[in-house]
Amino acid sequence: MRRSSDGRVLAGICAGISQKTGIDVTILRIGFVLVGLFAGFPVLIYALAWLIVPLGTETSNIFSRAVADRRGIRLVIAIIPLVIVTQIVVSLLHVSFVGIISWPVFLAAGLTILIWRNASEPERVWMHNDLVPMLSVGSEGPGRWKVILRTTAGAALAVGGIVVLILGHPSTAALRPLGGALLVIAAIVVVFGPWWLTLVRDLMAERQARALAEERGQMAAHVHDSVLQTLALIQRAADDPQNVVRLARAQERELRAWLFEGRAPGSIGDEVTMLAEGIGLLQRHVEADHGITVQVVMVGDCPLTESLRALLDAAREATVNSAKWSGAPQVSLYAEVEPGAVMLFVRDRGQGFDPDAVPADRQGIAQSIRARMARYGGTVVIRSAPGEGTEVELKMPTATATATATATATATATATPNPPSPPK
Amino acid sequence: MTDTRPNDAHRPRIFLVEDHAVFRAGVRAELGDAVEVVGEADEVEAAIELINERVPEVVLLDVHLPGGGGHAVLHGVLPHHPEVRFLALSVSDAPEDVIAVIRAGARGYITKTISGGELLQAVYRVAAGDAVFSPRLAGFVLDAFSHPTAGDQSDTVTTGLDPELDQISPREREVLRLIARGYTYKEVARDLTISAKTVESHVSSVLRKLQLSTRHELTRWATDRRLI
Repeated sequence: MRRSSDGRVLAGICAGISQKTGIDVTILRIGFVLVGLFAGFPVLIYALAWLIVPLGTETSNIFSRAVADRRGIRLVIAIIPLVIVTQIVVSLLHVSFVGIISWPVFLAAGLTILIWRNASEPERVWMHNDLVPMLSVGSEGPGRWKVILRTTAGAALAVGGIVVLILGHPSTAALRPLGGALLVIAAIVVVFGPWWLTLVRDLMAERQARALAEERGQMAAHVHDSVLQTLALIQRAADDPQNVVRLARAQERELRAWLFEGRAPGSIGDEVTMLAEGIGLLQRHVEADHGITVQVVMVGDCPLTESLRALLDAAREATVNSAKWSGAPQVSLYAEVEPGAVMLFVRDRGQGFDPDAVPADRQGIAQSIRARMARYGGTVVIRSAPGEGTEVELKMPTATATATATATATATATATPNPPSPPK
Repeated sequence: MTDTRPNDAHRPRIFLVEDHAVFRAGVRAELGDAVEVVGEADEVEAAIELINERVPEVVLLDVHLPGGGGHAVLHGVLPHHPEVRFLALSVSDAPEDVIAVIRAGARGYITKTISGGELLQAVYRVAAGDAVFSPRLAGFVLDAFSHPTAGDQSDTVTTGLDPELDQISPREREVLRLIARGYTYKEVARDLTISAKTVESHVSSVLRKLQLSTRHELTRWATDRRLI
């Protein structure tokens, strides 16, 4: 059995089972959720399956990677004192129901941590895009329904808690054993507190390292798009000194703007504020540099956000790729602003290629298109075959995702790496 | 682009209305023997007179013409000879021009950058009574029909609108979207697993809605909007 990467909601386990057995996936999902609500064990089984069953075409499962993840394992162990605290509180309150499901739920939580840390990159991006909107339900937002949802959930929890308290102990005697419990909890916190703190510090360091790697990736993408592309153009125009000088000068200006003014090369400048304007600029640049026709069709328009600028950068790279490799005289670019997303298609009728046969070290598709889109939660589909032309489909979530993006930005603080700040 | 030409012996009789002699010569050369060019004109008055006299099957009509623009020719011919079919050609892509000729009765709209083979295809298609949409026109239609609330909503609450004509169906939208992405009818058909004939009927139906809809947005959109 394999986890399905297509029809997936969370880990693709129900979809995987459905593919294997032929049972309707919706029935499986409803079953899982219903049983999970009352027993807790399906949650554990789900998490276990997530660990052990490999995803789609991958060869290794998450478990094999998790075994080597020392820090992740320590994190999971750190949860155990929390479970003990819960058990103490629960036994005081005589709510055995919570006690029964607490172990499976906490085990599942531990497994989830290991899964999160050891999932492959695309899967992490999926989870991020699936889960972050859920988190933003609890955050400050303009959406009225969010406030209502939050208030309702909070009220339900509070009422539930009070009911449990009153049912367990009708009199104020309930508060006496609580005092003892508080002492035990305090002891646990004193003993494990420092250890938890180091864990948190380690995690922060790790996140910084990841942000740094991401920044390096973005820089590589920029250098590829500007410097390497220009060098390729210069090689092609070697017998045309005037053109070489023009290209070199333009590139010099761009590099200076990047290093000393912090403006990313090849990117659409801040003076452009609307999507259609940016696409028009992209069209003119590519037509001027590569001598092909870019046919643009635009439906709708919207203000440019940071993620849409990334979309434009990726689209430019796709267009330039078509101009350079396809051999077709014309590239079609179609952009449509939909509620919740901007779709952008770059299509040529050139020679096409086999997307699976592209070497992994080729920056163009990997960094400049895929990684750039993934950084902002966008997706890329490339359809091509030798002789069939190529179509690159780019999808960048907007609107709801704008709230998401800000939520992520505040959560990770360093996760908005821009070009190096200007040396003063 | 290797769509095969219909290989029947019939050569459509076409008429060129275009104010650039060089472009007329170019079109003649590109279409070659596949069509019979029954005449040409370089301004509105002469065009109306000659077309009414010779009644060609297809008129290739430049959107920008001295003496009133392409839609003036349509207004001068269609009342007398509704069987004459018009295919609009332009370089400018200004939405208000395109919408104006389509609303005046043109059966299709293409840009002048089109290749010879595609132009011939378009001529055959229009001669056969089908509609021809360039990617840009498909984009216009999607824009005009998809975003009804782009402006203020107050004056769109007009009574007497035919809801059938006022919106395009999801399937038509899909077809238009693929055309806007640069797909040929054949490729659209393959992608949606429908027949090329069905694609043509969807496009024709959209054209009909475009011409008959009394929808406010359509004209307002066309005049308001400055596309790139």
